Amino acid sequence: MLEIRNLHVSVDGKPVLNGIDLTIPAGEVHAIMGPNGSGKSTLAYVLAGREGYQVTAGEVRYQGSDLLALTPEARARAGVFLAFQYPVEIPGVANIYLLKAALNSVRKASGLAELDAMDFLALIRAKLKLMGMDEALLYRPVNQGFSGGEKKRNEILQMAVLEPKLAILDETDSGLDIDALKVVADGISSMRDAQRAIVLVTHYQRLLDYIVPDRVHVLSQGRIARSGGPELAKELERHGYGWIDAGRSSPMGEGP
Amino acid sequence: MNPEVRDHYQAEFARIATRLPGAEVAWVRAARAAALVQFVALGFPTRQQEGWKYTSVTPIENSRFSLRPSAAPRVTAAQVAELALPGALLLVFVDGRHVPELSPLDLLPEGVRLTSVAEALARDPEPLRMLLEGAVGLEATGFAALNAAFLADGTCLYLAEDVVLDAPIQLLFLASEPGIATHCHNLIRAGTRSSAVVIEHHVGLGDEAYCTNCITDIALASGAQFTHHKLQQESAKAFHIAAVRVKQGQDSRFHSGSFALGGGLVRVDIHVSLDGEGAECVLDGLYLTSGRQHVDHHTCVDHAVPRGTSHEFYKGILDGASRAVFNGKVIVRPDAQQSDAFQTNCNLLLSEKAEIDTKPQLEIFADDVKCGHGATVGQLDPEQIFYLRSRGLDDAAARGLLTFAFAAEVIERMPQAALKQRLEALLRGRSPDAVKELL
Repeated sequence: MLEIRNLHVSVDGKPVLNGIDLTIPAGEVHAIMGPNGSGKSTLAYVLAGREGYQVTAGEVRYQGSDLLALTPEARARAGVFLAFQYPVEIPGVANIYLLKAALNSVRKASGLAELDAMDFLALIRAKLKLMGMDEALLYRPVNQGFSGGEKKRNEILQMAVLEPKLAILDETDSGLDIDALKVVADGISSMRDAQRAIVLVTHYQRLLDYIVPDRVHVLSQGRIARSGGPELAKELERHGYGWIDAGRSSPMGEGP
Repeated sequence: MNPEVRDHYQAEFARIATRLPGAEVAWVRAARAAALVQFVALGFPTRQQEGWKYTSVTPIENSRFSLRPSAAPRVTAAQVAELALPGALLLVFVDGRHVPELSPLDLLPEGVRLTSVAEALARDPEPLRMLLEGAVGLEATGFAALNAAFLADGTCLYLAEDVVLDAPIQLLFLASEPGIATHCHNLIRAGTRSSAVVIEHHVGLGDEAYCTNCITDIALASGAQFTHHKLQQESAKAFHIAAVRVKQGQDSRFHSGSFALGGGLVRVDIHVSLDGEGAECVLDGLYLTSGRQHVDHHTCVDHAVPRGTSHEFYKGILDGASRAVFNGKVIVRPDAQQSDAFQTNCNLLLSEKAEIDTKPQLEIFADDVKCGHGATVGQLDPEQIFYLRSRGLDDAAARGLLTFAFAAEVIERMPQAALKQRLEALLRGRSPDAVKELL
């Protein structure tokens, strides 16, 4: 599904990712963990096509083709979805308009007919229920006045509606209380599918209590420092990120 | 004043005065003659005047508009039907003159008088005397004087006490003949606790230059609730000069909406006097400009007595090499304690060549008041664009949708469904095709 080879990325001339190698097959859930500033969100944004990042080396192949050559919308239409860490507010655009526009553009790209109003609403209602969201949120402007938890749920709602092939969830667990975390985690778990790859970008292990990943990768200083099974996340939780850096032959010679 | 300009207007006055409405009434003739003298004295506003600093009306001064249409109106019922708002009581004016055949007024509820100014002057001019003789006040501009001298028609609306008119009244002003200047004056009086909605709708049918000079006077008695919405769709080369002057009695409520979509050179003055305690006004506006359009809104709210409220919300979207001006003046007089005045003006610049001059002008002479203002000028937010693109919308659709949404925030504030739908349709029509599909 996704192959990242030797990916180097700079922001304003400053290297942020220093050679990422990562393969994520369909049907798997991978967690990308790491301390603040390790490059987790940069990786998520680069995959979604945000401007302001210079890819200085390496490549990303998605379903066999060059992902980085595509515009953000072309990636979305090809089945790539990014759940934002900080979803933007869009005053004046009702949530339901965005859902409809997004779904229809993705369907159109796959050669499917647009859904009629009845089918669309039925689909949305089912997904709302899954996310424990009130229908009134559909008619409010996108994310405007939403609580932190509502914004995160709204991202997962969009994912559930769009049914992407590759879902990248950037810190979806941050800012959620324990009840909201459970709802969001259940929503994500329900999306696990043999045809779909899910990337969970997270700082903490707690989301992984609900969604057990197939693989865990730890990012440090723009590189993947460790990869392992779900037990790696538990170890991190016990020892902290310092443990990863200590295990590296850091030129600074620092450690806990 | 340039003698050639003076000569032109004096010659026009001599040519047509006897054919203007009310010509057989001595005081009307006298009022017109006095107004012409005043116009000659005042001249057209110049950029040396503070209120006209950003707007030059030299192109109007240099045009030798005819002051009377040359022919009978050539507007079809089908054209009118297309513009009529569903459910509205319709009065149609073509080139500044009321056309009864195109204004199929149904039976009006008791307590509502709705006629054209020409008809009122023909049948019973006396009730208009005070209004017309006093039309050109001390602070008048040359345009007001010109309007009074050449007044051709307009609307007289009178609402008796406690009358609630549910259907909106649509005053449709159609411009069909190039090269002329039209002068209309709407005179509205709303009695105690009465309520009505008037939609003043200006549409240019051709694409040549002409000039609309229109004044609307609104007097609200205590407890009256009145809505005046103005939808301006003049032709691209048209000049549109308009004034809305409102006097509010105790606990009255006034909602103004000014939607400026057309015109080449546009100036709108909205002046609200909160004369009775507890009066409240809401002034909303939206200007959409492109090409070389110049659209200037000057609003003024005068808090003369205690407990008045004024809330103002204007937005603008500027494209091409267009220019817009927003000047929001608020006066809070020494007696007007506990006034609440707030003003917001937000502008979206879609082009590097577009220019906005926005200026709040607060003159506060009372101390126990709540007053504020805010103005923004900006471009579309790249974060919002990326968010939409990451959901599959292409760049043009994302930009179009955000632009639509920016304007929709004002449109949503209109309580009238028919107007709201019309505005949304007009806005959709201006959006890129990719957005039309979405909305």
